[in-house]
Amino acid sequence: MALFQISEPGEAPAPHQRKRAIGIDLGTTNSLVATVRNGLAVVLPDIEGRPLVPSIVRYGPQGVETGYAAMAQQTGDPQNTIVSVKRMMGRGLADLTDARRFPYRFIDTPGMVKLDTRAGAKSPVEVSADLLRALRERAEASLAGPVDGAVVTVPAYFDDAQRQATKDAAQLAGLPILRLLNEPTAAAIAYGLDNASEGVYAVYDLGGGTFDISILRLSRGVFEVLATHGDSALGGDDFDHRVFCWVIEVAKLPPLSPSDARLLLVKAREAKENLSEHETASILATLSGGQSVNLTLTKAIFTEITGNLVAKTLLPVKRALRDAQLAPSDVKGVVLVGGATRMPQVRRAVAEFFGQPPLTNLNPDEVVALGAAVQANKLAGNRERDDDWLLLDVIPLSLGLETMGGLTEKIIPRNSTIPVARAQEFTTYKDGQTAMAIHVVQGERERVADCRSLARFELRGIPPMVAGAARIEVTFQVDADGLLDVAARERQTGVEATITVKPSYGLSDGEIAKMLSDSFTHAADDMQARALAEAQVDADQIAAATETALATDGDLVGADERAAIDVALAKLRRFRNGSDHLALRGAVEALNHATGEFAARRMDRSVSRALTGRRVDALSD
Amino acid sequence: MIDFSRNYFDLFGMVPAFRFDGAMLDQAYRQLQAEVHPDRFAGASDAQRRHALQSSARVNEAYRALKDPVRRAQYLLRLHDIDAVGETDTALPLDFLERQMERREQAADAQAAGDTEALSALLAEARAEGRAMEDVLARMLDREQAFAVARTQVRELTFLAKLAEDIDAMLAAIES
Repeated sequence: MALFQISEPGEAPAPHQRKRAIGIDLGTTNSLVATVRNGLAVVLPDIEGRPLVPSIVRYGPQGVETGYAAMAQQTGDPQNTIVSVKRMMGRGLADLTDARRFPYRFIDTPGMVKLDTRAGAKSPVEVSADLLRALRERAEASLAGPVDGAVVTVPAYFDDAQRQATKDAAQLAGLPILRLLNEPTAAAIAYGLDNASEGVYAVYDLGGGTFDISILRLSRGVFEVLATHGDSALGGDDFDHRVFCWVIEVAKLPPLSPSDARLLLVKAREAKENLSEHETASILATLSGGQSVNLTLTKAIFTEITGNLVAKTLLPVKRALRDAQLAPSDVKGVVLVGGATRMPQVRRAVAEFFGQPPLTNLNPDEVVALGAAVQANKLAGNRERDDDWLLLDVIPLSLGLETMGGLTEKIIPRNSTIPVARAQEFTTYKDGQTAMAIHVVQGERERVADCRSLARFELRGIPPMVAGAARIEVTFQVDADGLLDVAARERQTGVEATITVKPSYGLSDGEIAKMLSDSFTHAADDMQARALAEAQVDADQIAAATETALATDGDLVGADERAAIDVALAKLRRFRNGSDHLALRGAVEALNHATGEFAARRMDRSVSRALTGRRVDALSD
Repeated sequence: MIDFSRNYFDLFGMVPAFRFDGAMLDQAYRQLQAEVHPDRFAGASDAQRRHALQSSARVNEAYRALKDPVRRAQYLLRLHDIDAVGETDTALPLDFLERQMERREQAADAQAAGDTEALSALLAEARAEGRAMEDVLARMLDREQAFAVARTQVRELTFLAKLAEDIDAMLAAIES
């Protein structure tokens, strides 16, 4: 826009184009989106200034609602208002030991569970995609344009199925994904870069539904994860549930309706949060049957009923230290991440275990998103002052194959630094065997049945040989997202089979393709709306600038030129409130063209004024 | 990008040896990863990203092979075409085997009794014997260059490391 290019002589015009890079913390309870602005990671708030987005999606009669809007409806419409969807990612119904806690109508589909909602059967991937789409839109509004690259965080202890599900959700939400990043590692980046720390650090991350512990060594700009452990079904939700059970027991309540159950869970959570600041919290509720609940929960009772949950987090901590071959005293600092670490009993337990008070100088709700934004900014190629750092992460769970007798053979042990590729040779066990079934599993247990099944495939076309003569090399490759590819090859003949390990969600390829094309249709609508909004902003700016310029430097415009500008302005105003962004764009261009020479004359005048010592501040917008 | 034909020591600019400067390896490893890691190529072409993935995985594998003394000894022998890990010729000196069998039995008893002190003592013993073996290997591999002869000691060291690892797992199981 010519009129806006007037700047102080000697001052550079617009800075070079930066990539719009975002970091997303897709949490069980809350989600956030952050970006790096002027070299500093910042969380992007909504219009009302709220940084968090409650991770809640409602399939309402008028369409999809997310965040606070969905939260407001959770007790009134519990079966269509999905909370804690992260707990269901990559999980079958049989995996959800706490399924009966939720008021949803679960559908037992192979691979991953689905939810029956007003909008039809929804997989956790689709629900998460709706959340991610809301975060993407928030970022695009704030960054004034489409996102170029995103880093989405996952619990370090997520297995391959849960990671793949998260990546699929991001893809479905139209996010160009740069990397999946482990949550504690993201927190370490945010912390480490802030404090320029060196030494061994522990990141204790107790979120809404997941627990992670990571042990990292920071040295000269390298973040090296030494070991990670956790529990992908343990978090603040479980503390809420303990309070909920306590209420039912003490108030001697009969079996509850889904709405009442959700109401009491919300009250339980509020009580938990109050107890971080106060000695007691009251729980007041009126149930649908008219029965009222009026209880007081003390800090002492709360600590007692949640004692074994806190103790449960220390087991993975011990295991991670053992894997890193370190003692608690080797740890220089402990970083707390996740809203659930605000509970005083959690802080106390961590302080006792490590023999030092934990670090809490960054907001535990925001630190993961901030670290993800820093990583996204770097991966997108935006240069910053302190970007000479490197991240070396690990896989949380061993990867292996099923061998004879239903046993697992580990190919890549847990806590291996990624990316990693490793091959192992197997052979046939029968004379003339021409095919080999390959079953890929993840977990620490000896028996295949106790591990998570990731994929099955077959290597066919092995030439008939005596048993034990074939040389079948199976290669596992884990990329920097922690996602696995497996290839099998008979070495003498070169017969090959490869699989990208995609857990079966019960979604056929056709369904995935349809979901993607649906989302593109929506995306097309979204893009129309965005293009129009952007054109309107441009139109308003150029109209205002033109009027100002005419008022101050109208003497520089000839009569014919003035008429052309007026026509262009009128046309612009006509299209301003229409819905055709292309027509509006054309009108902006036309006005730009009509004012081009005028702008050049203004520029000359402002330069000569500057040279004669007069200020041009009042002239340039 | 890295040359996949180079041996692991060469990759890190180090002279093949059993005893060497671990801090130097750490430094060389980080420096190399900083150059080849996929994070450096997030916006590059598919081919470049694939190459970065393979290079970075290779550097991780090399680091793992050299960082740990047992694997380092095995790798040194492999550079001299001696297989210390294969299933063929698994013979070990009888007195060594007897000593380890006895330890395994003691460990199993201690595990059954939940006796973490006894397990910790056995673990310390196995590790001490392993360290003594490393001193022997340093002489044989670095000074005498007696790679073929050292195969037995490398196998013993491997055996001891596996024993220590198993006892450690028993301890972890009791503590959890």
